[in-house]
Amino acid sequence: MMENKDIPTFKELKKILKQTDTSSLLKIKVALLGDSATQLLVTALKGEAIRRGFCLDLFEAEYNQVERQILDPTSDFHAFKPQITILFQSTHKLLTHFEELPPQQRNSLAKDRVDFLSDALSLIDGKVIVYNYPEIDDAVFGSYANKIDSSFVYQTRKLNFELMNLAGTNPNLFICDLSSIQNKIGRDTAFDSSVYTSTEMVLSIDVLPFVAQRTMDIIASLQGKFKKCLIMDLDNTLWGGVIGDDGLEGIQLGHGFGIGKAFSELQLWIKQLKDRGIILAVCSKNNEQTAKEPFEKHPEMVLKLDDIAVFVANWETKVSNIMQIQQILNIGFDSMVFIDDNPFERNIVRENIQQMTVPELPEDPAEYLEYLYSLNLFETTSYSANDKDRTKQYQVEAQRVGERKHFTNENEFLQSLNMVSEVEGFTKYQTPRIAQLTQRSNQFNLRTVRYTEEDIQRLEADKEHYKCFSFTLQDKFGDNGMICVIVLEKKDKDTLFINEWLMSCRVLKRGMEYFTLNTLVDYAKKEGYKTIIGEYIPTPKNSMVEKHYTNLGFQPLENKENQFVLRVEDHEEKQVFIKKKE
Amino acid sequence: MERQEILKQVNEVFMDVLDNEDIVLSDTTTADDVEEWDSLTHVQLIVEVEKHFKIKFTSQEILTWKNVGEMITSIENKIK
Repeated sequence: MMENKDIPTFKELKKILKQTDTSSLLKIKVALLGDSATQLLVTALKGEAIRRGFCLDLFEAEYNQVERQILDPTSDFHAFKPQITILFQSTHKLLTHFEELPPQQRNSLAKDRVDFLSDALSLIDGKVIVYNYPEIDDAVFGSYANKIDSSFVYQTRKLNFELMNLAGTNPNLFICDLSSIQNKIGRDTAFDSSVYTSTEMVLSIDVLPFVAQRTMDIIASLQGKFKKCLIMDLDNTLWGGVIGDDGLEGIQLGHGFGIGKAFSELQLWIKQLKDRGIILAVCSKNNEQTAKEPFEKHPEMVLKLDDIAVFVANWETKVSNIMQIQQILNIGFDSMVFIDDNPFERNIVRENIQQMTVPELPEDPAEYLEYLYSLNLFETTSYSANDKDRTKQYQVEAQRVGERKHFTNENEFLQSLNMVSEVEGFTKYQTPRIAQLTQRSNQFNLRTVRYTEEDIQRLEADKEHYKCFSFTLQDKFGDNGMICVIVLEKKDKDTLFINEWLMSCRVLKRGMEYFTLNTLVDYAKKEGYKTIIGEYIPTPKNSMVEKHYTNLGFQPLENKENQFVLRVEDHEEKQVFIKKKE
Repeated sequence: MERQEILKQVNEVFMDVLDNEDIVLSDTTTADDVEEWDSLTHVQLIVEVEKHFKIKFTSQEILTWKNVGEMITSIENKIK
């Protein structure tokens, strides 16, 4: 197994669990239902959760009760009311079951299991994480099993495939890819026959941290914690050699034999990340012009300047440059990854910006890519087609920052932007983006309520109790897309309660919050409501909106902490420079 | 390796895995004598001992040891 300095051992996870006071950590209620011995997995999961700032309140069902716990509405599992349920049915138990089936029924193994799961999902509230099935080649047919639909190999692969289809149509279902883990580290490492024989554990001690990692990747992502940005060093990270010394012809890059291939393939991977919505930034100790030269002129460069949202190349320290990148992008350090071949630079960055992820890249660039694969840094629990436009939006933002400097008067600047906002409810077309915003936004988010696509559709449909708004913002530099989401709850005939108010930080200081409030007040007046109540629920990340409601003219509510009220008739419209799109 | 040396090294693995510096093993020590040594940590102990000595026990061995002494004998036979 490849050495992995970024993933702790089981022993280390156990120590973390033993030695950490978890009282201040965010608690997540998780149920684990398994058909093999899962106690050590629980230890690993809890330890890994702590490393990421969470405390798992974990319900572990008694051994081998998956079906009973789910199907019986009065079970301990249902009484526990988990936010997240993990279903771990092992390939071993599947194989035993398969072997007990009459031969003529074996070709329906995958279908039966998926049908069960599909029914089970309708009985479980909250999110469900299902472990897929690492293959066991039972060698009954040899490779010929690929041609036989009643072979175990065929049915296991079909099952994993059908699980993907099921997850594709069910927004609350997430697959944790155990099969991938086994592919990466090998079955002989992931499974220990003698441990299995003596304990009924199907996961080896060595694979537990990887399983815990992949599981917590999903859970953390569901809590809004995931990576949004990759910051890259250049020399010996994106290409071989030093551009300042070796020159354009001297750096190693490109297909064919030799180390250049490793860098090309790394770039292809990074390009895919960018297309998926990960923001790319460059941070290099170089002259800017020299650093940009390969991007502009080298025929084998996969990444172009166009792919990079922020390009910083100078002789300042990497720490201060990364801080500058962070300010432009306006996202948390904990959502950024920094890759650099130089252990010294990595250490300095790690020491000074502790929340940031800085992988301990292998010494040999040939190993970079496989190593980065193993870390699974870019887990996500949502994806929408316009994610790929994110880079453009940040580049445009960098331009806007430049433009702002030319105006001395803020209003004059805002006016010059020709801003237009389109105000709508939650249309079907926008559902994924809205759900994603509720999951991603941490800073400008008053109550940090996370909604799934299903929730979004339910809110929009429930006109009796809710009124939903979505806002886009466009200006002369480009389209920011949807940047603000509001859910109003109709408390009674006089009162609206702001259940959700979140905004993308990209559009701060444009008067968008005033424009939004004007829209809400117009709606309230039209419908005859007298007051609007807003609430601020503090989290470690949203202190920027602590004074949001008082700034907008709301008054603190007596005897309700962090709640604020606005009488509709007292509202004074602020000057805004955003036009409503008709 | 002398039997005594094996015992000493096994003792260190136990102290590390069970996170307890006070453990003193002898040939007659059983799981009942060590507080943290239960069926769960047992798996972990075996895996760590295997790694330490670069050996692999059979499941038969794992299931039949009655005390530390018998484990030491298994190790002794494997590294000879």
